[in-house]
Order: sequence, then structure tokens, then C-alpha cells
Amino acid sequence: MTLRKPLPHDSARQHVTGAARYLDDIPLPANALHLAFGLSPIARGRIASLDLDAVRTAPGVVRVWTHADLPSDCDCSPSAHDEPLLSDGTLHYQGQPVFLVAATSHRAARRAALLATLETLAETPILTIEQALDADSRFESGPVIWSRGDAAGAIATAPRRVDGLLEMGGQEHFYLEGQAAAALPQDDGTLHVHSSTQHPSEIQHKVAHALHLAMHDVRVETRRMGGGFGGKESQGNALAIACAVVAQATGRPAKMRYDRDDDFIITGKRHDFRIRYKAGFDEDGHLLGIDFIHYTRCGWAQDLSLPVADRAMLHADNAYWLPNVRIESHRLKTNTQSATAYRGFGGPQGVLGIERVVDHVAHVLNLDPLVVRQRNYYAPSGSVSERTSGGAPAPCSAAPRTPGSISEAEKQVVPDPEAELTSRGGPQDAGAAPAVPAGVQTTPYGQPVEGFILHEMTERLAERAEYHARRARIAEWNAANPVLKRGIALSPVKFGISFTLTHLNQAGALVHVYHDGSILMNHGGTEMGQGLFQKVAQVAAHGFGVPLDAVRITATDTAKVPNTSATAASSGSDLNGAAVANACAAIRARMAAHLASVHGVEPDAVRFADGRVIAGKTTMSFAEAAALCYQARISLSAAGYYATPEISWDRMRGHGRPFYYFAHGAAVTEVVLDTLTGENRILRTDILHDCGASLNPALDVGQIEGGYVQGAGWLTTEELVWDDHGRLRTHAPSTYKIPACSDRPDVFNVSLWDGENHVPTVGRSKAVGEPPFMLGISAFLALSDALAACGDAYPSLDAPATPERLLAAFGSLRGTGG
Amino acid sequence: MKTTLTVNGEAHEVTHDPRRSLLDTLRDDLRLTGTKKGCDHGQCGACTVLLNGERVNSCLCLTAMHDGDEVTTIEGIGSPERLSALQKAFVEKDGYQCGFCTPGQIMSATAMLREISEGAPSYVSDDLEVPKLTDTEMAERMSGNLCRCSAYPLIREAIAMASEVSQ
Repeated sequence: MTLRKPLPHDSARQHVTGAARYLDDIPLPANALHLAFGLSPIARGRIASLDLDAVRTAPGVVRVWTHADLPSDCDCSPSAHDEPLLSDGTLHYQGQPVFLVAATSHRAARRAALLATLETLAETPILTIEQALDADSRFESGPVIWSRGDAAGAIATAPRRVDGLLEMGGQEHFYLEGQAAAALPQDDGTLHVHSSTQHPSEIQHKVAHALHLAMHDVRVETRRMGGGFGGKESQGNALAIACAVVAQATGRPAKMRYDRDDDFIITGKRHDFRIRYKAGFDEDGHLLGIDFIHYTRCGWAQDLSLPVADRAMLHADNAYWLPNVRIESHRLKTNTQSATAYRGFGGPQGVLGIERVVDHVAHVLNLDPLVVRQRNYYAPSGSVSERTSGGAPAPCSAAPRTPGSISEAEKQVVPDPEAELTSRGGPQDAGAAPAVPAGVQTTPYGQPVEGFILHEMTERLAERAEYHARRARIAEWNAANPVLKRGIALSPVKFGISFTLTHLNQAGALVHVYHDGSILMNHGGTEMGQGLFQKVAQVAAHGFGVPLDAVRITATDTAKVPNTSATAASSGSDLNGAAVANACAAIRARMAAHLASVHGVEPDAVRFADGRVIAGKTTMSFAEAAALCYQARISLSAAGYYATPEISWDRMRGHGRPFYYFAHGAAVTEVVLDTLTGENRILRTDILHDCGASLNPALDVGQIEGGYVQGAGWLTTEELVWDDHGRLRTHAPSTYKIPACSDRPDVFNVSLWDGENHVPTVGRSKAVGEPPFMLGISAFLALSDALAACGDAYPSLDAPATPERLLAAFGSLRGTGG
Repeated sequence: MKTTLTVNGEAHEVTHDPRRSLLDTLRDDLRLTGTKKGCDHGQCGACTVLLNGERVNSCLCLTAMHDGDEVTTIEGIGSPERLSALQKAFVEKDGYQCGFCTPGQIMSATAMLREISEGAPSYVSDDLEVPKLTDTEMAERMSGNLCRCSAYPLIREAIAMASEVSQ
């Protein structure tokens, strides 16, 4: 058995010896060219003149491209065809690529790029939410609105009410390996592209489109990434296209990697959000009506902003039953980097919104926030009466739209071959409404909440972490200590698993068994440190009953498995694991049928286990079985395929079953805050997380710990600052603070919930990449709890809760009592 | 200009631009790509190597300043067949996710364990004469090596394990 074992990452020995090759480590032919972009110095305006003579004559420079020199627009967008590789004359953000330099070395290209004389006609940039709203600068024709019941009426008639505003910053991915790509021209005009990307099929499509090639002319390969976190879902397109343009034009290999500062300045980040909320509730804290308005700055291009903002709306409920709810979402177009996918994909922003509301409600009622959380949790399946189940399809509405908006694009029946079919920014057809079993509550978007286990998980976590006793001790401690204040919070997550663009929920795999019994495996997923390759190899080894070292893992390659989806939405193991399992099952069935006929047994009676194959009274090694099948002319190669069942989503109505299932988790965090300096530390964190029946507990615990720390980083130390001219001032780790070894909680207890997925996934496991990120919210709420000990008012803390912001919040609380 | 370096016990004469960093010399001229370029300005620690036995960020070192010096990179402390105690511990504890920071973490930890054994205190040391490898010491002394995957718990376990083996 190789499933459910805590096996290490697939490249362990290569990682510790420095032998693991990342893109920048791949040896290239000596004549390879190195590329750099010249960047826009202003956030908004036009190019008045561009003199590149000094660039062209700089040492080592081979050729320079402007927009006019390109073979096409070389569009880099994963959605709306609104991102020409190089500026077409309009400047949309400070850092936008304007021209491209190819030189004989990386340094020569970068130095030359600084020699251009670029004169601009600057315009006043749209940077803030207010500026964007004033200018009606947005994607789609108006806000998207989804609702159920009568939120306004329920709030108006509720016994108690709160309203408030929460600002939350974006987040730089800071994958430790920066963006990089290389293109090698082949002798027949085709291209072999290496890309540090989560989405090889998208790179393939964008490169082919830019160069007027067919997809079969472009082969994209990705062995591993030094971190992705969503930042390599669409943001690698520009580098790969640039390399391809240069390789095609010059016939020489071309490589591009961004310097770290350029990476910050050019590429998109997590969407920052402002959430305005109003809630009505009863004296026990039950939420009766709730109204959210989400404002998000999407940056200059559409990229994946629409599905990100959708997912924020889809997680506006987190784990709570909201009988009357209205969510309004504004996707604002600003002269900043185009915000993009980042672990959670809008989900964390939506979850933080409702967690703030619950926390605020508890403060107003002077109740333990955990009690209010538990009172509002979705009911366990089958435990509710029809009256409160919301069983009937919920009435949903969307804002009126003008022709030509996304709604028109989505109505098309025949897909446009130019469209971004494999991207989350692609077009979507309306899906059917889900059936709702009796006695099951539904989300605001009509999905039945089945397999909801947060009641039990919360109870167990609170007990293990001694939540109630510690909360009481902290209150005593705070009463006795005037300067240092402690805080504690428990926050849950319920995260929807599946791409909301339904057709992306498919995967392919290619499995070969050689006649010596060794197995080669390929699938559409990419490895970025999450351990996907190892998990999927475990599935393959399990499928043939062989040890793990019989399975060779190979680089993701569009020539082996076509039309893949991004390794994103936490779906990697679910989709690719199932596709590999199906391929293995097909080969195994052929082998079993042959061996059964030879040995006079039923095919079902042929067993594959412990590296051996047993057919009746005959036992042979797997290698012998493979050789026998080969000699009998049995095919030992299979393509596997998987499509997630049961999902369906009508984005415009905001209704359906976008998710196959939900993953759950909960965390308790305790912090201490110095009210004189704002300095703070996480003292202890306890996590209980639901991975179903984990395929690999060691890898899953790593994802949970890493996700939590990264989530806490988002909400505490990681602050992006743009100045009034739209220049990003935090463009390196010297000014942008990600968690270090010393920022890890002093005590960190992580355990897995002992259960299995209620729907049939690979080994009944659950996806784990994104859900634990939202457990970091408990650190933010704990800081808010520490602040709440400093006055009578609700702290209304914004994120990131930097020491500066904590001090300011403390300053405004002081004098409110306490 | 020319500089002679001893890298992993082997002498190399490199011809280079006076502004070349030791990191670029290692990666581009000597093709020792185990040392990684993360931020290229001394903040992330991915390029950590040993310079005459001391850990340094090689992106902040000018090759020209190190004529005659000894450099040890990740390739010089072990091989897949003969792993060092720290390398073994990182494998055993799975002390990484994407692996990009791993060479720097291991080089930094190699020097850090020796610094402690030689009695070099840090600002969190309780005992300035004989500092011990506590969890707090380790967190402080390894905070110059960023891991964006936040595999810190397992990195710390791996270092602690290697420390016990070497004692």
C-alpha cells in the first residue's frame, strides 16, 4: 500500500544537494539570447516618443522590439484579450512592458533597457477605489449582485444591527523562484518552451496565438516551480511569449527571467478588497439578514479578476447559514498591476468579510465569538426542517448589463477557438440548478451543504486547544497587565472545491508500463512544492500494487497530455490523481484479462499486490507479468481521463452547484500585543484540518502549516504600498515583509481530522492547497481580540494589521473605557 | 579581470567583469546552479554559501574581492550518495516544499550549527558564554533564510535532528 503514507517529496535528494533543476538552471546552447523589458515610468498616459537608438547600440544587444515590430498583438491575457505584450501606445500602469531587448547576456539586456529615451504624455491615474467609482472605471457594466430572501427587510426588522467597513490589502506571491521562461526553436519551425508555469496548456495556447502557429507547433514543458501560489497561473504568459517571439525571429534560443524588483513591479498580486457590511441579528447572535458590498481593485487588465471576485462572493457565507443575504461586487479597473490568482482566489477575502461580521456581532452582544460562530454554523445534513433549509431554489438577481458585456460572451454556444478555453478567465455556459435533498440547508447560491463537519471539528479543536480555559485565563492576564495584551480567536473555514468554470474540471494522464515492469507516469498537473507528483505517483503505485520506486515521475509536457487545466483551485490531486488512477485501471484490466485466460481464472481474481501478480496458483513478479503481456501483444500504455461529476454553475444568476464538495478546517490562535509599539507575536496555534482520507499525511500537514503561515502573513506583515503616482514602493523583500523562520508560532499543533470525503474522490481524500490559507484569519482575529481588551469600542481593525496599524487602532480605542 | 577561487576544494581561475557577484560567478561561470538567486540583494538567503567557512549571501559578495578565498557550495557538502548530516535530516524530515530555498537553508544551517558549537552568541542567547541550540536560537539565527512555502516547522525539526546526530 502506497496510499495514505507520509512519504517525502518526490525530489528529496535533488533538493538537498542542489541538483534539482529549476528553469534558470537548465543549460542552454551558447548562442542563447537573454531578454529584458523596458518599463513604463508612469501609471497612466501615452507614449509621446520612444528613442531606442542607444538601446540598439548598447554592448551585447542583438535586437529590440516595440509593439509595431511584433508579429501580432502578442496578447498575454487569460481572459479578455486586453494585454498586448508591449504597450500599443497607451500606458496603463507603472511597470508595464513598453519594449523588449534581446542581448547576449542577462546583464547586457537589463543594462541596455535602461538606455531608452521615453517621453510620455501623463494623465491622472485611477488608483483608489474612490477614484475608480467616480470615473465608473470597472470591468463588466455594473456590479454583480447575488441575493437570497430579503436582506434589507430582515436587517431593518432585526432586534440588533451592526454595520462596518473592512479594508484588506493585497499580497505579493513572492515565489522564491521568480518568473522565468525559455524557448528553443526547432528545425521545423516549431518551438519547445520551458516555462515556470502552473498552466502549460495556457502558455502553449498563448504562444501559438501570438505567433500564428497551431497548438501542435508549440510544446511546453514544466518540471517544477520554485513556488507558484497562483502567481504562475497567468503571469508567466508574457515571458514565454517574449521568448517565443525572439526565438522565432532570430532562430536562437531565448531565455527571460525577471529580476526580483521587476517581478514585483510587473506582475499581478492578490486582489485587495474593501468590504462594507450591514447585519441584523437577534439577542443570541443568530444572523437574520446580511448585506455585503465588495469593492476590489482589479488593476489595469481583466486577467482572472471576474472569477476571483465571484469566488469572494461564493465564500461570503464561509460556514454560516444566511437566510437573507445580498452580496454586491464591484470589479474596479485601476492603473495598477493587474491583480491575479493567489491561493484562495478571492475566497479568503470573502471569508474574512463574514468572520469580521460574526466577530463584530459577538462584541456587540458581549458573547464569546466562538459561541456566535457555532450558533450560525450550517446545520448538519438532514437535521433541519423545511422551513429553515432554504430547499427551494433561491431567487437570485444580477445587475442589468449592456450588450457586449461578459453576459453576451457567455451566451455563445459554439466556442471561439481564439477564446481562452483552458483559462479560468474563459467563457462559461449557464448550468442547471442543483437538486436539494430534503432537510439540507443551501448556500446563498443554492448549493446544498452536505457533509458539513464543522460542528464536530470545532468541538474537538476547542477541547484540544483548551480554548475556553485559555480565554478565561487571558481575560485575567489582560486585567493584570496594562501594556502587553493577549488575544485568542478560533476561526473556521469551509472552502468550495472545484473550478467555478465548470468545464475546467477535467484532467488527463498518460501511463506506460515497460516490459521490465517499470512505470512511467505523466499527467496535466504541475509541481510547485505542494507534493502533487508524489501523491499522484502513490496513486499509480497503488494501482499496480508496486513499490513507489517502480514509478518514474516526468515533467508536465503538453506533448504528452493535451488540453490541461491550470494546477490551481486546489484541484491538482483530485483531478490528476483520478486521471492517473483511470489510466492504471485500464492497463491493469488488460493485464488481468490476459493472465486470467492463460491461468484459467476469472480476471477479477487476478491480484496485484506487493510488487507481485497472483493469478490462480501462479505468482509472478510485476515485471514478469509485464513481459508476458508484452509478448502476448497486450498494450501496456493508456491515456487516462477524469471529469468531475455533478457540478453545474450559472454564473449570471449566481446559482448552482459550482463545487463538488467542501473542505473544512479550524484554527485557534493566541497572540500577544505590545500596546506601546504595536509589536506582536503568535504564541500558540492549534489547527484541526479536514483532508478527507489523506493521500499523504506528511505532505498535507506541510500544506496546512504553510498555508496558515502565509495567510497570517497576508493579514499581519505583508503590506503593499503604492504612492500617489501609482508607483509600487514595496518591490523587494527589503520593504515587503513575508514571514520568516522566527514568525512561526511558538507552539504549533496541527492535526488532521480523521474522516473521509463523503463524495467519491481519489481514495476519499480532499483537496488541501488553498483551504488552510484561511486559517490564518484566526491570527488577525486574535490581534483584534487583544485590542478589544484595550477599550469598550469594537476595534474595527483593518488588514494587514501591521504594528503601525495596530498602534493606530490602539490609539483610537484608548479613551473608550477598558 | 581575473580572480582565483577555491570552490569545493577545486581551484578555479575566472575571468570576469569587476562588478560580477560571487553568485553569478558560481552559477554562470562555474555552472554550480545549486546556489539559487532569489532576490539578488541579500534579503532572502537562497544564495547562502560558505566563504572561508563563514556563511554569506553570495549575491552581496563581489568576486573581485575574494581572490584566494575558499568557497563551499551545496554541491560541496555532500552528494546524493553521500549526504551530510543536515542533508540527511532535511530528507528525513521533508524540510521543504518547492525546494528552491533548500540549498541556502542547508548552507546557512551548516554554518549556524558550527557558530553555536564555537560559542558565538546571538541577541536572543540567555547565556552569552555557552549558547545552546534552543528553538528560539534557531528561529533567530535562521531568520535570514526565507521559505515562502513556510516549511519552517520541518526545517527547524531537520536542523534539530542534525544537531543531535552531530553531538
